[in-house]
Amino acid sequence: MTSPKQIQLSHGGGGEETNSLIHDLFYHYFSNDTLLAAEDAAVLEVKSKIAFTTDSFTVSPIFFNGGNIGKLAIAGTVNDLAMMGAKPFYLSASFIIEEGFAFDDLETIVKAMAEELKHSEAKIVCGDTKVVPKGAVDQIFINTSGIGEIEKEGISANHLQEGDVIIVSGDVGRHGAAILMEREGLGISGDLKSDCATLWPAVQALIDANISISAMRDATRGGLSAVLNEWAEQSSVCLEIEESSIPVNEAVQGICELFGFEAFDFANEGTCIVAVPEKDAQMALAALHKVEVTKEATIIGQVSLKKEGRVILHSAYGSSRYLDLPKGELLPRIC
Amino acid sequence: MSELQLKDLYDGFRNPDVIKALAKAITDEAKNLKKPLNIMEVCGGHTHTIMKYGLKQLLPQNIDFIHGPGCPVCIMPKERIDHAIALAQMEDTILLTLGDMIRVPGSKSSLAVERANGCDIRALYSPLDAIQIALDNPDKKVVFFAIGFETTTPMTAALLEQVEKQGIANLYFHINHVLVPPAVDAIMADGQAKINAFIGPAHVSVISGAKIYQPLPEKYGAPVVVSGFEPIDVLQSILMIVRQKNEERCEMEIQYSRSVTLEGNIKAQVMIAKFMEPREHFRWRGIGDMPDSALVLREQYTAYDAEKIFADILPTEPIDDHKLCICGTILKGLAKPNDCQVFGTACTPNTPMGSCMVSSEGACNAYYRYGEI
Repeated sequence: MTSPKQIQLSHGGGGEETNSLIHDLFYHYFSNDTLLAAEDAAVLEVKSKIAFTTDSFTVSPIFFNGGNIGKLAIAGTVNDLAMMGAKPFYLSASFIIEEGFAFDDLETIVKAMAEELKHSEAKIVCGDTKVVPKGAVDQIFINTSGIGEIEKEGISANHLQEGDVIIVSGDVGRHGAAILMEREGLGISGDLKSDCATLWPAVQALIDANISISAMRDATRGGLSAVLNEWAEQSSVCLEIEESSIPVNEAVQGICELFGFEAFDFANEGTCIVAVPEKDAQMALAALHKVEVTKEATIIGQVSLKKEGRVILHSAYGSSRYLDLPKGELLPRIC
Repeated sequence: MSELQLKDLYDGFRNPDVIKALAKAITDEAKNLKKPLNIMEVCGGHTHTIMKYGLKQLLPQNIDFIHGPGCPVCIMPKERIDHAIALAQMEDTILLTLGDMIRVPGSKSSLAVERANGCDIRALYSPLDAIQIALDNPDKKVVFFAIGFETTTPMTAALLEQVEKQGIANLYFHINHVLVPPAVDAIMADGQAKINAFIGPAHVSVISGAKIYQPLPEKYGAPVVVSGFEPIDVLQSILMIVRQKNEERCEMEIQYSRSVTLEGNIKAQVMIAKFMEPREHFRWRGIGDMPDSALVLREQYTAYDAEKIFADILPTEPIDDHKLCICGTILKGLAKPNDCQVFGTACTPNTPMGSCMVSSEGACNAYYRYGEI
């Protein structure tokens, strides 16, 4: 019998087809002893305090320059753990697939997930597959949950202190801009790739260098603006940022200019913001620079008490303004 | 010819040294001003630039800005938004529009709320995308709720041209294109506004030519500089205005000479004139009814005119703003956003009472977003 080219409702029916999908695809790529035990629940061993997170991925288009929904589902959840100083260990993966979805595409996605797991050595130890009638979902949705062991305690959005230095691990807004380009078919040439990547090696480098970390967060939806505003609010501090220090890719900036967006509001999927005490700032930079995905890390500002709960952007020519939370959906300007 | 790079869109127009030098030149020149300079930036795009780049902080106190009526979303009266909602609620209909229009509240609802309620409402990046949507949905009525000043009108005309050429029968137009000069005239004729110079929107003049502003200096004794939208453009325009004042000149000048000519884009003007003509009356939010201040489809294109074809479902009563909202006064240049008692409290971008707060080009939105530190 030849393999089916498309996912059919029977692949989610719990019978032979489901079994073959699980064994031939998921077990093949996610292979590990816990998963292959095929019990009702994974039995896990953890030695210390754990962090636990979950996220659902519904990105459209599912394939984009720099990644796909699978890579995103792993990087997203692994990064959520890493941002709490937790080494990612165990993940679940649940797929909701639209009837008729190409089997080859599913394999590409699953393969990308297995590849991305290598960066943190986390394992998928349980999962679920549902196939729903055509039109019930947009091609494929993936939910991943994850558990990681805390290696560095005390990292919190509530722990920013006056004098802390704010570091961004790379240029901002690339994932959001890349998705926008693909989604809207904007017809702009240029190799604009999503920054989608696992950040655990960078966090590991900070921990190994014994850096004190006040706060750390991956700047996903809402981008840099959202993270900075949440921190300012939660820690009742002012974040003073030098606008010219924030790295923005030329193509991302160009798209923002065309459509009236702000690069700071665009999502990232492999870029984080780190707040460290001033004395540790240079060491933190040195640690981040050793890791490929954070080799362009740079200082963008410092915590003060000038205006509690607000983020102030200082321009290179002497004026200042607030950087506010992005509002509503991102809509292009009219003229 | 080398390919245009995205970087070319902004590179060089935000050089900090040039910005500082221009600010210093303005400050030096402004010392000789005989009276304070109240510059109206007619367009919301300029308001946005002034606030986003904190330009006012770089300038002396005798230069102030008054925010004008040039935001196509801000000036849209509620009854027109109700039209869009009524059209979107028709069976088997797809309503298309641009940007922030989706979020502006009408009398009872907004397009965003109606979209969540199940109406098929889409924001376009380019009006020409409407063609594919109409072709993909032959059994549906596709209505383009066209908005904007002189800048977006050519795209609607280009869309009409394609619809006519391709014989697309299921795409209709609800035209809300408005014109800058009548609005400026109305504000100045009112006599209350303390405006003694204008920054004219360059993108309007790329289409209509700088000639549309030529009457203003003579009529109102106020210089006009047609300006680009980058911080360097705006500062250079202010410097040009200050120099005119000090030299006791009162002229229309073009700062944005890289794209603006006196005549504008004749081809676009011809195309617009083919499909549209001045509308007898259009009620601007906050300003009121102004004759010849907007466009309407010409009689021979009635078959595309959603306003006529679906007239029986469109409300006709004018609806005023909430009585606490002073958007109208702000649009006339008689008040600043933070003069409004509901600014930033009952009225925020998440809960806008007036349209100046909802649009990203609105003065209230710019004040709220960037604040004055």
